[in-house]
Amino acid sequence: MTTRTLIQAVNDGLKTAMTEDPSVLVFGEDVGLKGGVFLATEGLQKEFGKERCFDTPLSEDGIVGAAIGMAMNGMKPVAEIQFQDFIFPAFDQIVSEAAKLRYRSGGQYTAPMVIRTPYGGGIQGGLYHSQSGEAYFCHTPGLKVVIPSTPHDAKGLLIASIDDPDPVLFLEPKALYRSVKGDVPEGRYTVDLTTLREARAGKDLTLFCYGAMVPVAMKAAEQAAENGIDCRIIDLRTLLPLDEDGVLEHAKSTGRVVVLHEAPRFCGFGGEISALIAEHAIEYMEAPIVRVTGFDTPFPNTLEHHYLPDHRRVLDAIERVYHF
Amino acid sequence: MTLSEPLSVIAPDGRVNGYDPELSEEQLLHCYRTMVTVRVFDEICLKLQRSGRIAFSIPNKGIEATQVGAASALSKTDWIFPSYRDFGMALYHGVDPKEMMHNMFGNALDTAKGRQMPVHFSFVDPIRFYSISSPIGTHIPQAVGAAYAAKLRQEDTVFLVSFGDGGTSSLGFHSGMNFAGVWNAPVVFLCQNNGWAISCPIEEQTASDGFAVKAEGYGMPGVLVDGNDLFAVRKAVVEAVKRARRGEGPTLIEARTFRLGGHSTSDDPTRYVPQEDFEKWAKLDPILRFEKFLEASGLWTPEKAQDLRKGIEEQIRSAVHEAENVPDPGLETIFSDVYAKVPAHIRAQGEAAFDLARRRGDAVSGDGEFPL
Repeated sequence: MTTRTLIQAVNDGLKTAMTEDPSVLVFGEDVGLKGGVFLATEGLQKEFGKERCFDTPLSEDGIVGAAIGMAMNGMKPVAEIQFQDFIFPAFDQIVSEAAKLRYRSGGQYTAPMVIRTPYGGGIQGGLYHSQSGEAYFCHTPGLKVVIPSTPHDAKGLLIASIDDPDPVLFLEPKALYRSVKGDVPEGRYTVDLTTLREARAGKDLTLFCYGAMVPVAMKAAEQAAENGIDCRIIDLRTLLPLDEDGVLEHAKSTGRVVVLHEAPRFCGFGGEISALIAEHAIEYMEAPIVRVTGFDTPFPNTLEHHYLPDHRRVLDAIERVYHF
Repeated sequence: MTLSEPLSVIAPDGRVNGYDPELSEEQLLHCYRTMVTVRVFDEICLKLQRSGRIAFSIPNKGIEATQVGAASALSKTDWIFPSYRDFGMALYHGVDPKEMMHNMFGNALDTAKGRQMPVHFSFVDPIRFYSISSPIGTHIPQAVGAAYAAKLRQEDTVFLVSFGDGGTSSLGFHSGMNFAGVWNAPVVFLCQNNGWAISCPIEEQTASDGFAVKAEGYGMPGVLVDGNDLFAVRKAVVEAVKRARRGEGPTLIEARTFRLGGHSTSDDPTRYVPQEDFEKWAKLDPILRFEKFLEASGLWTPEKAQDLRKGIEEQIRSAVHEAENVPDPGLETIFSDVYAKVPAHIRAQGEAAFDLARRRGDAVSGDGEFPL
């Protein structure tokens, strides 16, 4: 067991997978010698050579398209998209190709691959280095969407994603890359892609969140506890396919729900959680289900701390739901 | 636009001026037979579509020599990343037309399980004929990635990726060509320049002198050939395949040809293709051209051709008869193959659909028509 930051855990996960399986390839823009703009792939080229960890031309469509080809031909590609904001040229390859290949070929061709990309705000990155685009991808049958929030989960979920027979979009909360630390086991372990995680026990209210919003929820819950409100925090971890039974179980057991994400609200993932509970557990609810989200605006630069949900906004929602 | 003259081998009188295709008599006749099979398959599919028995088809008339000439240069271990106007390549390598007819009817024996439109074939045996996608050019970087994998494992597999003139305008063409150049990947890029992307002429796709010249910008050789000349296409692809196997990287081949029909059965090309173009290119029919060669080589007589065509017609009709009588795929095929393992939410939706069918009977299909 070693204490690592989230980005060190990602690096450790890649290294573990590459050591075990020679078919694992890591590539993208600046991932080779430089080790990635956030240094997620630092040292991998040196250790595994230029054929297994390499820079590509600056084309997201090419990176993901080539990854699909490698995957169908026996390799395990782990492609990096430098910022999630830059993934959209590859949207066609992800949505129309990787996600549909097994289906459209009746299982003759498949694309077991991972696309890693840092998402979300918190680094003064403005419109194009801050977005949270998970909802676009969660609307895509055939794709898995995974978001870790702790170093332990980052490594375990990443190795599970590389093992997975289906294409996985692995969204890394860049705000947490170096701000969270935790114990990470040595060597291989996996965190399965089917279950959510209870990050904090509590009986009065359930807060559903993921990625960079988990620490925000924790801070809000601590303050709420001072006012006698005991919040449970659920880290969803795998958004697609969602652990629906887990969501419903936690929602029912507290009867009060707040959903939190930094992406815009309209058609955001919080709407899905809210609708799921409304459809299957409305009779358990003692208050409206409230969403705390980013605004329905592009992501601002100077005022990003106002855009991003913080513990104040979460606390407001907690109190509103609790005292309803 | 002035265009460079393409390389050709078979002269109008059928002579090949010393060119040796390095194919046995049997293989030469197999090339011919495959081209005729493509044409007969198309003719029958057109009738099936016109009489409402299948929904859609994509004709290949005029392109047969490009498909077969290119396929003849590949081994069974090579991969084909086709466009939707390439199934002659699969036929050449031994895919049974019956398999294709199952796809035309979208029945329970279709390899795509009725999930795709007709003509969107997928085969893995006896050759990798990659699952066809409707979006244009997406398969191009994928072929390059598959080639990278083979190169890394030091296999000598070659990856042929085929697309039309319109495909060269796509994002995938640029990224695929660029990646292949940088990676020196064993890929043969085959551009079937048939003159039209649905209703848009090549002048609306590019300001360059055709498409072969684009190779230079990606650091690979570009070759322009007469796409109606089976040997010209074969010659260029054989060379490109050799280069790729020797580790010398990719090649772009532009096969200049002409679509002697619509984009699909839902398209009327007389609305946009000048009549004189049809007449000009009809005289350049690639099957007639190859017949001339066979005749000049003493391998062909009109009687033989008639017998061959009759046999193929019987074969395709029997495939139609068989495919038409295979039931639709089961309702469960909507829900399977989305993921390797059916996740809980999709399972629940499937069970709800089965339950609804039990309680209220099957859904009834609509009468919408496909516009393209």
